Parts: sequence; structure tokens; C-alpha cells
Amino acid sequence: MRQCNNLKNMTIKEVQNEIIEEFSMFEEWMDKYEYIIELGNNLEPYDEKNKTKSNLIQGCQSRVWLNGELQNGKIIFTADSDAVITKGIIALLIKVLSNREPKEVMNADLFFIEKVGLKENLSPTRANGLVSMIKNIKTYGIAFNSMLK
Amino acid sequence: MFDVEKIKKDFPILDQEIYGKKLVYLDSAATTQKPKQVINEVSKFYSSLNSNIHRGVHYLSIKSTEEYEKSRDTVCKFINAKHTEEIIFTKGTTEAVNLTAYSFGERFVNEGDEILVAKTEHHSNIVPWQMLCYRKNAVLKVIPADENGELKINEYKKLLNPKTKLVAVAHIANSTGVINPIKEIIDAAHNNGTYVLIDGAQAVQHKQVDVQSLDCDFYAFSGHKMFAETGIGVLYGKKEILEDIPPYQGGGDMIKTVSFEKTEYADLPYKFEAGTSNYVGAISIAKAIEYMQSVGLDEIEIYEKKLLKYATDKLLSIDKIKIYGQTEKKISAISFLLNGIHHYDTGMILDKLGIAVRTGTHCAEPTMKHFGIDGTVRASFAMYNTKEDIDKLYEGLMRVKKMFA
Repeated sequence: MRQCNNLKNMTIKEVQNEIIEEFSMFEEWMDKYEYIIELGNNLEPYDEKNKTKSNLIQGCQSRVWLNGELQNGKIIFTADSDAVITKGIIALLIKVLSNREPKEVMNADLFFIEKVGLKENLSPTRANGLVSMIKNIKTYGIAFNSMLK
Repeated sequence: MFDVEKIKKDFPILDQEIYGKKLVYLDSAATTQKPKQVINEVSKFYSSLNSNIHRGVHYLSIKSTEEYEKSRDTVCKFINAKHTEEIIFTKGTTEAVNLTAYSFGERFVNEGDEILVAKTEHHSNIVPWQMLCYRKNAVLKVIPADENGELKINEYKKLLNPKTKLVAVAHIANSTGVINPIKEIIDAAHNNGTYVLIDGAQAVQHKQVDVQSLDCDFYAFSGHKMFAETGIGVLYGKKEILEDIPPYQGGGDMIKTVSFEKTEYADLPYKFEAGTSNYVGAISIAKAIEYMQSVGLDEIEIYEKKLLKYATDKLLSIDKIKIYGQTEKKISAISFLLNGIHHYDTGMILDKLGIAVRTGTHCAEPTMKHFGIDGTVRASFAMYNTKEDIDKLYEGLMRVKKMFA
């Protein structure tokens, strides 16, 4: 799993704060995007067999695939996109939300995207599948949570 | 004398910074910016003349109506229509096509009849015809295109048959800028007894259009793509056809008399203008036409041709770039991809450099499918764009290449 050991005991809120701090070092727009591109290029490879139609979130700008599996009571998310910038943001979302209990995912309050100035990537007009991706992540949380009950 | 610097100064929006960078606006095929002459005219109208048209006996209403009808006359002369009442104001090109698909379809299209559209059409010149075909059990057929996005005219001619009721093609394809051979298309259709609608949304802001010499039956375009307001457009239709087909929508202004037993429709053009029209939009179109004519339509065409050539050469000098719609018969748009770099990634970085382009399918999914791609980056120009804008785009693309290397 891509989650580092030191993230294991951090809450969703704490990981987000860490990302915000990380981004606060960038003064230029381009530095920020260089970093996102790097994250995107280093995103854990997505299993081709999970590139199913039901995992595909279609956007007219870029496509996103999202897969969620329950392992030892926690949801492991993997995802992919055809655009690198989208992949970079996916990497951040996975860092925050993967390897979490369904209940945590379900109730997560996502604030880092706006705080690091990437909100425009989530604008519905961008139609890059990220907005639906976050919705689908939450749906996984709800579904797995009710399964565990 | 065409003076781009002077023209540029007329467009206040262009003089600003985006993310600390000077704005380079290369998305005019989506919408053009407005000159201060148009902005001021609209403001002046609301400040001194506004009143609902066609209804009042009072001074302002009469003045307002006069201005609205004068605009119709300006549009009529602009595209060289024969009669003023052949000009119908609509919400835009989309509504103009929907109006035609409905009203023409009701009158002329029956089960088993065929409608022809080009493979490189915008969705707005596909879906209304598809809806008509569903409604009437008619068949939608497609004019094929080659690898450059040019229509295969011989294949087109073979598709024409006694069942072909109407051909709907764009004057200029929005996703590639390729100019279609509409005169040849119209003549072949007429020889077959088939009507023709031309979607001129990407044409009227770039070149002189003469509907009488084209001899098309319908010609549609939008105000917002020709330096006027949004929410206004034009449908030109030949008088005898417009008289023959039923109205599209019912409401005020489109009637002569109304009773619960029977309603008599108004004469042209009002028969097709139900409800309060966007009369301010119509006035803005007239002002935009006046502006374009003050620059000179031919001068605009010549300048933009030079700019397109400059831009094409400059972009082609970039290693591993592919232009979709690479042909001589083109106008003011370049649709391209940098090898291995997603259009969204390219667009996002250009945006951060203050360069506005459009990315994606450009509302032309079948065209993208034709090229075997998901989308492109489209840089599109208007008369206010300069060589410096192209240079900035080039520098931006070099930066993108470096970032995604």
C-alpha cells in the first residue's frame, strides 16, 4: 500500500493539514503544478482489470477510474485518469481517504482541495470526473459501512 | 487600413491580467469578446429607450420597436437576404436549428424520409435532427469525412436520393475550423429537390456571407460568436418556405387573432417569434455588424488568414505536435494535441500562463471519434488577436512540453 507508516495513526483532518502545509511552501502556480504532475506520474499503477465500465467516471475533459475494496475493515481505494494533473489530485485524495474505516470515509470533511488552491479542478464545468470521484468515494464509505453492520 | 492594435483597444476585456500574466484570449470560437461600441450601445439602450416592443402606443415602445426592426434590416443587408421578413431572431444557432427541425419537419418529413448531416458537425446540428427522425420515423444519414476533416463530396452526392428531405451542414466546422464546400453541397442538394440548412455560427464573424448567392434555404448564426450579446441569434429562411411551414412555439406576438376556437398566426417574421424577443440582443447584433463593417469584412478575412498561417507554421515547428483538420481550406482555429500529453493537462497549464484555449470534445464527439481521439486543445482567433498572442501560445506549449516530458 502507498500509505506511509507515519500516516497510519493520523486522522483524515491531520493528513489534510499536512498537505496544506506542504503546499504553502509553493509561491508560484507553476511550482504547485510541477508538484501535482510529479504526484500524478508517481501514482500507484491501477490494475487494468479494474478499468471496468462501472468503475469509469466519464467527464468530457478527462476520464477517471475508481475502485474500492474492503480489506481488514478498511477501504483501499485505487484510481487512475488519462490526464496527469487529474492523477496528481487523485493521489492526494487517496493519501487522505484510502486505508480508512468506512465510517471515517463516509463522514470525512474534505477541506484541503480548496485550501491548497485546487478548487477549480473540482468545478463541475471542468467536467474532469473529480467531483463524481469524491461522491463515489463517499458512496463506497456508506455501502461498506452498512455491510459491516 | 487594418490596424489590429486599434481594434484590440476597442475590447476592454482583453486589457487585463490573469494569475499575474497578461491575458491571451484564444477561445473566440466558443465566444467572441465585445467591443466597447456594442457594450455602450446596450447600456445606452437601457438608459434611454428600453420598452417592450410591438405592444405599446407610447413613445418608448415605438422607439424600441423601431430599433428592433432596424436591426432586422441591418442583419438582412449583412447577409444579403432578399426580404427583411426572412430574418427571424432566435436565442441562438441552437434554437434556429431546433426551430427548423421542428417546423420544416412537421411540414416536409415523413416516415422513411432521410436527413443528411456531416460527420464533423457540432452536436447542435446533429441532435435536433436526430430528435426529428425519432419523432417521424425518418432516417439520419451521415456525410463521411477524410483524415483531415474535409467532407467527402463524392460520397455525399451518392447519398442524395429521392427520400433525402434536408441536408444540414456547418459552413465551418467548429472543432477544426475546416471550411466545408457549402456551395457545391447546396447545388447538388437542390438538383435532387433537397433543402439545405447551413450552420453559420463559425462563419459570419470571419467572412462575408451572401445567402442569395449561396442559395441556401436556411442559414443560422449566433450573436455571441460575432461580437454581440449572448442569448440572441438569427435564422434566415427563404420566404416561400417560411410561409409554408408551421410555427415552432405559440405565445404572444406570433398571432393575428386568438379565440378558444381558433387562432390565426401572424405574418412573417413574427409567426416564429413567440413571446417577448431578446430585442436588446438584436440591437447588439446590429451594432456588432456595424463595427465589423467599419473594419471591413474582407479586411478581417485577409488579416485572419495571415494570422492562421503564422500560427500554423509556428505550431508545426513544435516537435511531435499533431493538428487535426490540417488543410488549406480553413478559418481561424487550430485543433491540436502534443504527443502523449492530455488536452486537459495542456489546457490547465496554459490557463496558469494566462492563455485561454478550449479543451475537450468541443461539443463534437463524433468528430473526435472520427479522428480516434478523446479531445483536442483548440486555439481559435478573431480579428483582435495578434502575432504576439500566437508567440505566447507557442512559448506556453514549450513550457507544457517541458513540464510533462
